[in-house]
Amino acid sequence: MDLTLRIWRQNGAEAPGRLEEHAVTGVEPDMSFLEMLDVLNETLLKEGRDPVTFEHDCREGICGSCGLVINGIPHGPGERSSTCQLHMRHFKSGDTITIEPWRVHSFPILKDLMVDRSALDSIIQSHGYISVSTGSPPDAGTRLIGKPEADQAMDAAECIGCGACAAACPNGSAMLFVAAKVSHLASLPQGRIEAAERVRDMTRTMFSCGFGNCSNHYECEAACPKGISLKFIAKLNRESLKALFRG
Amino acid sequence: MQLDGKCPGGPIAEQWDRHKFAMKLVNPANKRKFTILVVGSGLAGASAAASLGELGYNVEVFCYQDSTRRAHSIAAQGGINAPKNYPNDGDSIHRLFYDTVKGGDFRSREPNVYRLAQVSNSIIDQCVAQGVPFARDYGGYLVNRSFGGAQVSRTFYARGQTGQQLLLGAYQALARQRKAGTVHLHTRSEMLDLVLVDGEAKGIIARDLISGELHSYAGDAVVLASGGYVNVFYLSTNAMGCNVTAAYRAYKRGACFANPCYTQIHPTCIPVSGEHQSKLTLMSESLRNDGRIWVPKQKGDTRRPEDIPEQDRDYYLERKYPSFGNLAPRDIASRAAKEACDQGRGVGPTGYGVYLDFSDAIQRLGETAIQERYGNLFEMYERITAENAYRQPMRIYPAPHYSMGGLWVDYNLQSNVPGLFVLGEANFSDHGANRLGASALMQGLADGYFVIPYTIADYLGRIAPGAVDTGHEAFQACRESVEKRISGLLGGKGRQTVNEFHRRLGNIMWEDCGMARSRESLNRALEQIPQLRREFWEDVILTGAPGGLNQELEKALRVADFLEFGELLARDALAREESCGGHFRTEYQTEEGEAMRNDKDFSHVAAWEYSGEDTAPAMHTEPLAFENVQLAVRSYK
Repeated sequence: MDLTLRIWRQNGAEAPGRLEEHAVTGVEPDMSFLEMLDVLNETLLKEGRDPVTFEHDCREGICGSCGLVINGIPHGPGERSSTCQLHMRHFKSGDTITIEPWRVHSFPILKDLMVDRSALDSIIQSHGYISVSTGSPPDAGTRLIGKPEADQAMDAAECIGCGACAAACPNGSAMLFVAAKVSHLASLPQGRIEAAERVRDMTRTMFSCGFGNCSNHYECEAACPKGISLKFIAKLNRESLKALFRG
Repeated sequence: MQLDGKCPGGPIAEQWDRHKFAMKLVNPANKRKFTILVVGSGLAGASAAASLGELGYNVEVFCYQDSTRRAHSIAAQGGINAPKNYPNDGDSIHRLFYDTVKGGDFRSREPNVYRLAQVSNSIIDQCVAQGVPFARDYGGYLVNRSFGGAQVSRTFYARGQTGQQLLLGAYQALARQRKAGTVHLHTRSEMLDLVLVDGEAKGIIARDLISGELHSYAGDAVVLASGGYVNVFYLSTNAMGCNVTAAYRAYKRGACFANPCYTQIHPTCIPVSGEHQSKLTLMSESLRNDGRIWVPKQKGDTRRPEDIPEQDRDYYLERKYPSFGNLAPRDIASRAAKEACDQGRGVGPTGYGVYLDFSDAIQRLGETAIQERYGNLFEMYERITAENAYRQPMRIYPAPHYSMGGLWVDYNLQSNVPGLFVLGEANFSDHGANRLGASALMQGLADGYFVIPYTIADYLGRIAPGAVDTGHEAFQACRESVEKRISGLLGGKGRQTVNEFHRRLGNIMWEDCGMARSRESLNRALEQIPQLRREFWEDVILTGAPGGLNQELEKALRVADFLEFGELLARDALAREESCGGHFRTEYQTEEGEAMRNDKDFSHVAAWEYSGEDTAPAMHTEPLAFENVQLAVRSYK
């Protein structure tokens, strides 16, 4: 199939950006979206032009590196899929596809489609963990955890940290990201001990990184490639309330 | 050079405890005076950095990704082994040790493997405490599943995302140390050379991938946890950025590279669909617990799978290996698939595929049970192929997946270069010629959480901290050589892209140095690779300046090293005149087509020492002794 791409080009956070148009031909339906961009870049290189910078690594939907806004939708039209797992069979010949980077205040553009998502790491570093050092734990078998709790923790822990939730949010909120980690750890008995401090530290850091608050648009859940449920934002709010009364 | 594994000796079950007592310690107050550079943030690197930070060392971590959470350990699906014996099926440390030595086709070092089995139980304890949500039953207890190459159920798992959950555990431990100030993170920073001062590893040169600047970092020791090298095949299950550069640069500075020919081709990956393919996707081997592998009995049978009756199907693994069946080790399952396809019985549009069929399991257990076990894998399969594996069998084919070879290390995980430690997939030590399923996660975390924190002290306890800084002339010289390499690449007006060269190298490696190798094919590869390398340096297209963000330059630097490393791999494969594990030489097989080892001449580690640009590397051997597991022909029949 033959496509017209409108791609965001920008050389650094401060430089002005613009949409640049490119034609790609011979795209196969079995190609992934990123493989289609590979084809474009190979052509650009042979023409002596600067290839499009975009981020990607595992190309199997788990590392969370990739993330493009495709026709206005973070990760594009595929259901529950990251950009690398989106295949060209979702498009048809003659389509014009607009490709932009995550547009979030807290994710400055580095180049073209690549953004700086270190704010997400800062949130985890503020308290997205259980305080346990190597060597201290008791035998794993001594701690019983009900299957529903373990399953709920796993549902939340599947977050890949791609930032699509914030990119989809009209208010640039990373609430679903924070909620996933808070809920993962608060669902487990070993994570309850510091649950109050954790939720306080993580939400505080989220705001100080410049992310907005949740404004109930539910766009995050729709964009999430892992289908992280909105119910975790409700859980985050409950954890925040509980933390209020823990002084 | 005499390679001494420095194994402590004595009864194998006591060696590690005795060794821990014999090693030097670093006084708690002195630890913060030592700086340790950790390259790589996968399971081995992150767990090492976090644990060393907790102990009080000053740790600097480097990774090429934008976050330490994205290292490729994250993609491991199936699980992690530990002989907890929770299922009461007769597991023990000794059995895991035995299975690993046997699974590795008797080409690993016994004491290392025993230690791995010993500390593996503590890994599960550690991970549960960190909040890793392993699968549990309704009573709240941890559950296990079986995995290729074992007859007990000892694999702990978190759905089909075990690697992700374990890595996030280590990542979070690292985040905690970052907050505590013991660890400094250098993300988007790629190591391009190792700095030696008086023969000891004292620093690295790394390129900031955003600014393009080269930076020197000095430390008292360097820990490489930079992963494996199967991207030398171009198409593999590795992430696009996985590369051999850190390990290969260490090799060029004097560290020996051991058994580079031991590469693992994983049997259950989604087949190649066309020329545009940039990577291959693994489907967890755990699928083999419930899926049955088959091909049509007749050549060129083009009927749809559901139209092929039972009597016209060949469940070849069940037929050839009745006691292990579909759970035969990876090397055996991969070779059997290749054999079936080479006979013209392969399925799918290219003929390079075999069926992995769940219809019996769905009938027996119900679709819900299968969905619970493998739901995310079936979803992933459908996303890529647009086929529903609940209704029709999956198509799978082997793909390069893991490298058992790596930098040579002793029992302390120290290379022959003092101060250079190598962990996880980057070292060679534990898996011999073939790795069993669910053992990579185990080894990465064992090295990082429970080995390096002890063994590095034995080195640091003998040196004065902070003896070298980046002002030392060795840093200047090393940096200049990296600058030269970069400007050499950027200079020309080439016509072929980096990807085109990488694909061509991959073709050579896959065809002549892949699942089956012969003297003839290896000699061919040894002729073609240097030609391709020369062509690369003359004709590669590279735009831009050395500074700034330049993804093509990043790729070119990695491919340049693969173009040298591929030759070393082929050389090692040629020298090893036997078949063992993942290394199958067509000249050395039984009448039934099984691998034929030669214990008399090749029961050793082959470690290669760099000897200069135009000189062949020198091969050193470390003999392997088997005192606790009797050398035998591996049988899974």
